[in-house]
Amino acid sequence: MRRLLLCLMLAATPALAEPTLEQHVTRLSEQLRCLVCQNQTIADSHAQLAIDLKNQVREQLAAGASDQEVLDYMVQRYGDFVLYRPPVKPSTWLLWFGPLAMLLAGLGLLFVKVRQRQPQGDALDSAGETHAA
Amino acid sequence: MRRFLFPLGLFFSLVCLLGAGLRLNPQEIPSPLIGKPAPAFALAQLALPDKTFGPQDMQGQVWLLNVWASWCTACRQEHPLLLELAGRNQVSIVGMDYMDARADGAKWLEKHGNPYRLSILDTDGKVGIDYGVYGVPETFVIDKRGVIRLKLAGPVTAEIIEKKLLPLIKELNRA
Repeated sequence: MRRLLLCLMLAATPALAEPTLEQHVTRLSEQLRCLVCQNQTIADSHAQLAIDLKNQVREQLAAGASDQEVLDYMVQRYGDFVLYRPPVKPSTWLLWFGPLAMLLAGLGLLFVKVRQRQPQGDALDSAGETHAA
Repeated sequence: MRRFLFPLGLFFSLVCLLGAGLRLNPQEIPSPLIGKPAPAFALAQLALPDKTFGPQDMQGQVWLLNVWASWCTACRQEHPLLLELAGRNQVSIVGMDYMDARADGAKWLEKHGNPYRLSILDTDGKVGIDYGVYGVPETFVIDKRGVIRLKLAGPVTAEIIEKKLLPLIKELNRA
């Protein structure tokens, strides 16, 4: 049984070479924004430009380019906007860390408020409720 | 009353932020090519198939590269303005007929008028990709040294020509 499986796998290998390139193209295309239909990746889009860009990705990968080289090629032409995952740099710090900073600020505020309320003791439960309302 | 002021202020600043966001044009993507040399190419001319043209042919001149196509409806909107701009003889406009067939492009220019000093044919859109073209029309302003100074996506309007293009062209011509 195992030998049969091995035979099957070996027989399937040449056919697999193409699908893996295709999978690679799709995986990389999923990181690239379609500029015509901005909320789609070029993997999803059927716009002519998306198809052309996918062909570029395929050609370059087939020619031995690394993922980063392909992404750099796109960024050189279309800017960071083409990346679905924006790079971390000073102009995107707010985008990357803003939500975390806001969460921390909110938690800090909550902590301070709760600390302020504690000395009033248990008896003021109902007063606490009106505060919260 | 006072304790509502803070959340209310927060709410209004959020409204202002979102309101400002609504006014932005998501189609306007800043081009990374501004300040960089115009990518080189040698493409066959639309009218003279056996002659090529490249950005180096315009060295020493301020010029516009206008991307158009016979299938592009927005191009029809800006076309009269380009004809008028060409008539003022202040700047050369080179057309790039993008993903188009030679016969269709030529017929279109015959029908609508030709504001271009010459047009080149980018049949497969490869040069378009080098220029980061993602829609037609697009217009690039290229200076005497062959550096891209401005990119406009979408049709130019009379206002853009008066307030942006002409002042920039004047400034670049002085340099």
